Amino acid sequence: MNKRARLILADGSVYEGFSFGTEADAFGEVVFNTSMTGYQEMLTDPSYAGQIVVPTYPLIGNYGINEQDTESARIQVRGFVVREECLEPNHYLSGKNIHEYLADSNIPGLYGVDTRAITRKLRSAGVMMGVITSNMAPEQALAELKKQPDYGSIDFVREVSTKKSYEWEKDRTIEAQYHIVAYDCGLKYNILRLLQARECRVTVVSCMTSAEEILRFDPDGILLSPGPGDPELLDYAVDTVRKLAGKKPIMGICLGNQLIGRAFGAKTFKLKFGHRGSNHPVREFATGRVHITAQNHGYAVDPDTLKDGLEVTHINLNDGTVEGLKHKELPIFCIQYHSEDSPGPMDNRYLFDRFIEMIRGEKS
Amino acid sequence: MTTHAKPSKVLIIGSGPIIIGQAAEFDYAGTQACKAMREEGVISVLVNSNPATIMTDEDIADIVYVEPLTVEVLTRIIEREHPDGLLPTLGGQTGLNLAVDLADAGVLDKYRVCVLGTPIQTIRNAEDRELFKRLLIKIGEPVPRSETVNTMEEGRRVARGIGLPVVIRPAYTLGGTGGGFATNWEELEVVLNSGLTASPIHQVLVEESVAGWKEIEYEVMRDGADNCITVCNMENIDPMGIHTGDSIVVAPSQTLTNKEYQMLRTASLKIIRALGIEGGCNVQYALDPKSECYYVIEVNPRVSRSSALASKATGYPIARVASKIAVGKRLDEIPNAVTGKTMAAFEPALDYVVVKIPRWPFDKFASGDRLLGTQMKATGEVMAIGRTFEAALQKAVRSLEFGKKSLLWEDRKWTLGADINTYPLEPTDLRLWVIMAALRRNMMPEKIAERTHIDPWFLTKMQNIVDMEKKLLAQSLTPDLLREAKRLGFSDEMIGTLADQLAEQVRQLRHEWNIRPVYKMVDTCAAEFDAATPYFYSTYEYENEAESFKKQKAVVIGSGPIRIGQGIEFDYCSVHSSMALRELGYQSIMVNSNPETVSTDFDTSDRLYFEALDEESVRDILENENGQNGNGQAPSIVQFGGQTAINLADPLARSGMSILGSSAESIDLSEDRRRFEGFLSRLGIPQPPGAGVTNVEEALNVAKTIGYPVLVRPSYVLGGRAMEIVYNASELVHYMNAAVELNTGHPILIDKYLQGKEAEVDAICDGETVLIPGIMEQIERAGVHSGDSMAVYPGLNLTTAETDTIIDYTVRIGLALKVKGLMNVQFVVLPEHPTGEASIYVLEVNSRASRPACRWSK
Repeated sequence: MNKRARLILADGSVYEGFSFGTEADAFGEVVFNTSMTGYQEMLTDPSYAGQIVVPTYPLIGNYGINEQDTESARIQVRGFVVREECLEPNHYLSGKNIHEYLADSNIPGLYGVDTRAITRKLRSAGVMMGVITSNMAPEQALAELKKQPDYGSIDFVREVSTKKSYEWEKDRTIEAQYHIVAYDCGLKYNILRLLQARECRVTVVSCMTSAEEILRFDPDGILLSPGPGDPELLDYAVDTVRKLAGKKPIMGICLGNQLIGRAFGAKTFKLKFGHRGSNHPVREFATGRVHITAQNHGYAVDPDTLKDGLEVTHINLNDGTVEGLKHKELPIFCIQYHSEDSPGPMDNRYLFDRFIEMIRGEKS
Repeated sequence: MTTHAKPSKVLIIGSGPIIIGQAAEFDYAGTQACKAMREEGVISVLVNSNPATIMTDEDIADIVYVEPLTVEVLTRIIEREHPDGLLPTLGGQTGLNLAVDLADAGVLDKYRVCVLGTPIQTIRNAEDRELFKRLLIKIGEPVPRSETVNTMEEGRRVARGIGLPVVIRPAYTLGGTGGGFATNWEELEVVLNSGLTASPIHQVLVEESVAGWKEIEYEVMRDGADNCITVCNMENIDPMGIHTGDSIVVAPSQTLTNKEYQMLRTASLKIIRALGIEGGCNVQYALDPKSECYYVIEVNPRVSRSSALASKATGYPIARVASKIAVGKRLDEIPNAVTGKTMAAFEPALDYVVVKIPRWPFDKFASGDRLLGTQMKATGEVMAIGRTFEAALQKAVRSLEFGKKSLLWEDRKWTLGADINTYPLEPTDLRLWVIMAALRRNMMPEKIAERTHIDPWFLTKMQNIVDMEKKLLAQSLTPDLLREAKRLGFSDEMIGTLADQLAEQVRQLRHEWNIRPVYKMVDTCAAEFDAATPYFYSTYEYENEAESFKKQKAVVIGSGPIRIGQGIEFDYCSVHSSMALRELGYQSIMVNSNPETVSTDFDTSDRLYFEALDEESVRDILENENGQNGNGQAPSIVQFGGQTAINLADPLARSGMSILGSSAESIDLSEDRRRFEGFLSRLGIPQPPGAGVTNVEEALNVAKTIGYPVLVRPSYVLGGRAMEIVYNASELVHYMNAAVELNTGHPILIDKYLQGKEAEVDAICDGETVLIPGIMEQIERAGVHSGDSMAVYPGLNLTTAETDTIIDYTVRIGLALKVKGLMNVQFVVLPEHPTGEASIYVLEVNSRASRPACRWSK
C-alpha cells in the first residue's frame, strides 16, 4: 500500500487517503468536476492552473493515458484527488497509467478518499484553498496553507500563456481560407484543431501581445481563449480586447467571455462552487433551444452591470447565470462554456461555424 | 400524424402478461405515463390484460380496461372512448406493434387518433432492417457492411471484400437455420454452402461480423423543440453476440475514452433527430476495441427494458419525461423531480458504478440450454450500485438470491486445470463463476479475454476480487483488511467462509471496528446540487447521507428479481404496502434490488434503499434506520415480498428486529412441515398423509407407508421449485439426490398425491376476524402447480357443503395461526366419500401475500 497522504481544506476538514503520482505537497484551490469521462483532458486544461481537481466520478484512469487526448503541453492541475486510481488500464491507445503520468510531471495525486463527501463540502461551503500532503500533519499543513496566497490573488493567465507567438501545425499543409489569431490566455488544443478543420490557419499569440501587434498579423478573426483565474486581475488583457473590438470579428470562449464583458464595462463575480462538468444545460434566447455544454469556470459576468452594446444571448438553465454575450452592432460574440468540448459533449461545435460565417460576412 | 396540439384524452397500451423480454419494466413505464398524464391534465385510458400491475389500479389511470391486447378489442375501446391521442411507446414491443396494426387497419385515421411521441413511420423506419439501414446510410452513420449473394463464387468474392470474420444469414429460414459465423476460409466454404442450401431461394446475406466488439447503449431523449439529451450510456461486459438482456451491463461505460463516449453520444443525437422521435429511444452500438470504428446495431424507438435500467441507474425518470414530451412539454419545462431544483434538460452525472445482472430461469429448468446468444433467456434482472466496480458486481450477485451461491461457488462438474481451454468459458449464465474459478487458478486475465472477448479491464477488476479472497484465506482479519474486503463488496458470509469464521462473528468484528456501510444518494447530479430525492445505496465510505427518520416508520421488504414463481405480483403488493403506510402517516421505507419495478420508483416510498435482499444488507439498513440517536425501531413488513421477504423473517426476528403483521413464529409454523402437521391435526383439519424428510432412506420409508404416487417438494422454497409427482422408488431416489444437492438446510416434503379438484383461498386476518374475498377453483387437476393452472372465480363446481368446509377451515387456520395480514390456503377437494371420510384436504398454507392476491384486488 502506498504512503498515507491527505487533503486538508482551508476550513480545517481533513480527508485521509493515499499518495499516487509524485509524493510532493501541493497547494491550490480545490474544485470538483462532474464529468464521467475525460480525465486526461481535464488534467491538461490550462484553466485548472492553480487548482486541485476532484473528479466526482470514482474510477479514474480506466482507459489509461494516450498521445491524443492532451489539451496543452503539460499537466496543468496542481493536484488530483480521486476515489480510486486505475493502475491497470486497458485501451489500445493507452501508453501509460494515470500514476505514471502524474509522476512523470511531478504532480501529486491522492486516492482513497470519499470524493463525494468533498464535493458536498465544496457545494455547501463554496470552493476553498486546500493542500495535498504526505509529509505534513494536518495542523502543520493547515498552518502552511494559511500562508499561501489566495487563488483569487494570482494571475495564472501569465503563467499558462505561450511565451512567444507561433503558428499551429505550421508544417501541415491545409487549404487555409482564413487566418485566425488565437489570443492565448490558457488555450486548449481542441480549439486549434476545430479551427483548422474549418480551413483556418491559426497564429497563437501570448496574452502580453498588444492589440497593435495582433492586428499586424492581419487576421480575419480573433479568438479569445479560455483561461484560469479571476478576470478582475487581467486589466492588460481587457485593454487589449477593448482595442481589438470592432476591428476584427471576435469570438470569445469562457475567460474570453469575461474579457469581452469587462472590455465593455461589465463586472464579474466569483461563483460559489463554479461550473465544472459535461452536463450543464444552457438556453439560447434567440432560438429558445437548450444546449448541453461542457463547462469549466469559477467566475461569471454580472448581467446587471452590462453596459450598452452587449446583450445576454445565453443563460445557464440551472442557476440563471450568463453563459453567452454578443455585441448588438459589432461582430463580437462569446460564450462562457466550451464549444471545443474535450472533455464533454460535441453539440456546440457549430459555434465555430458561426464564427467562420461572421468572418465571411465581414469579408464580403 | 403527430401534431403539437395538446391532446385531452390519451390511450395508453400496456404490455400484457410477463414474457421473457417484457417484464415489470413496462408496468413501471406505464404507471409513470398515467401519473404524468394526470399531472398534465390529460385523461388516460389504459388497456392491459395483466391484472398484476400498478398501472391497472383505478387511482393510477383514469379509465382502465383489463382486456386482451388485440386490434379488435382496441378498436372497440377507441370507438367507445374517443381518445384524441395514442401513446404507443410505453407498452414494449406489444404496444408498438399494436399501434402499427391499428394504423394499418385505418382505425387511427377513422377515429382521428393522433399517435404521440413516435410517429408510425418512425416505428417502421426503426423496425424494418432495410429501411433502417437506408436511413442510417443517408445520415452518414455506419452499419456493418453486407451484401446479398446467390452463389459460392459471389459469396467468396464478397467475403474477400469485407474480410473475415463474416456472418452468413440465409434468406427466409426460421431462426437463421443454416447460417453462422465464418472466422477462416475453410469455415466460409462450409457455412456458405450450408446457408445457400438451407435457403429456399438460394440466397444468403454475407455480413461483416462484429462478434467480440464492445456493445454500448445510449438512452436518448428529444422534445418537440428538437432539444436532445442523453440520459446515460451503458457498457455490456459481455461483448457483441449476446443479447443485451442476457448481458451483464455496467453504467456508465468504463472502458471508453471521452472521445469514444462523445462520438457515440453525438451519433445517438443524430439518430433520434433523423427518426423524429419525441420522447425516448435506445440506441445500440458495436465498437471495435482496437479502433474508432463503430456500427449502429439497433434502435428501439420506445421506452425499453434498458430505459428502466437507465432510469434507476441515474435517477432520471425516462418514461415520465417521455410521456410529458408526448403531450407537448419541452425538456426545459419539465422539472427534475429528483433534485427539485433543476430541469429535465440536462444529463445525469453518476458518481457511482451500476452493475446489472440478468436473472435466468435455469435453476428451475436445469436441463435447459444454458448457452446465451442473440435470443434473450433471462426472466428478470437485478441492479446494484457501488463506489467500486467490484462491490457493485458482488452486490448484484448477492441480489440474484441464489441462496449461498456467492462468487466463490464452483460447479464440481467443471474441468478446472492448468489449461485455459478446458474451462467452460462459453457464454452461459454461469460464465461469471467460471471466470472467477479460472482467475483463482492463476489463469491470466489476457488469456480469459482472448476466449471471452470481455474487456481485460473488467477481468482485472475480477482479479482484484480473487486477490482479496486469497488474502482473506491467508491472513488474519485486521480492521484495514476487513474494510478493504467490504469495499470490494465481500459479504460477511463470504468473508466468514474464507477467514474461517461465522458470518455473525464477522458482523460482530465489523461493529467492534466500526466498519459499517454508509448510505449515499442517487441524485442525478453527482452531489453538485442539494437534491431532495430519498434514493440511497450502501457503500463502505466515510460520510453517511441517509440520516434516520425521526417520524414513525416501517420498512417494506421487496421481492427482488423476477423469476419463475415470483413475478411482478409481489412488487404490486409491496407498492400497496408502502402506499398504505404513507396513508397511515408512517414514513415508508422500501428495500429492493429489481430495477424494473414500480417499487423502486423514487416517489413510491418516502425512502428507497436499492440493495440486495439478504440478511446482511437488510440488517444494516435497519440498524441505520434505528440510528445511534435513538429514533426508535423501524419494524419490517415481510409478507408482501414473496418468498424473498419471508425468508428474512426468521433472521430478522433472531436479531431482535420487529416484524409488522404475522410474526416470524406464525410464518415458521406454516412453512415448517413437521410443525404444521401437528398444528393441523390439533385443529382436526385433514391434510394428505406425508412427512418432511432429510435423506433418501427416510424418503423411501415415508413413501412406502403412504403409498405411491407421492408429491415431493422442498419446503421453504419458492413457488413449488422442483415439485414433482413421483410414481416409484427409483424416481424418488433420483429426486432426493438432486434435491439434497440444493442443500437448503430445510427438509424435503413428501405427501400422498391426491387426485381431485384444487381450490385456492386468499384471506385477510386481523387476529380476530378472517375476511375471505372468494374461492378460486383451479381447472387443472391437483398436482399441476397452482401457478401453472388456469383458475376461475367464482368456483363453478363447488357444492355449498364444500364451500362451507373451505371457509370453516380457512377461518380456523387464520385465527389459530394468529395471522395478521394476508394468508393463502390451497385445498384439494375429492369426490364425497360414501363412508363420510374427509373429502377436503389442506395442501398448503402461506402466511403471506400470494401470487393471486392482486388478482383478487382486480
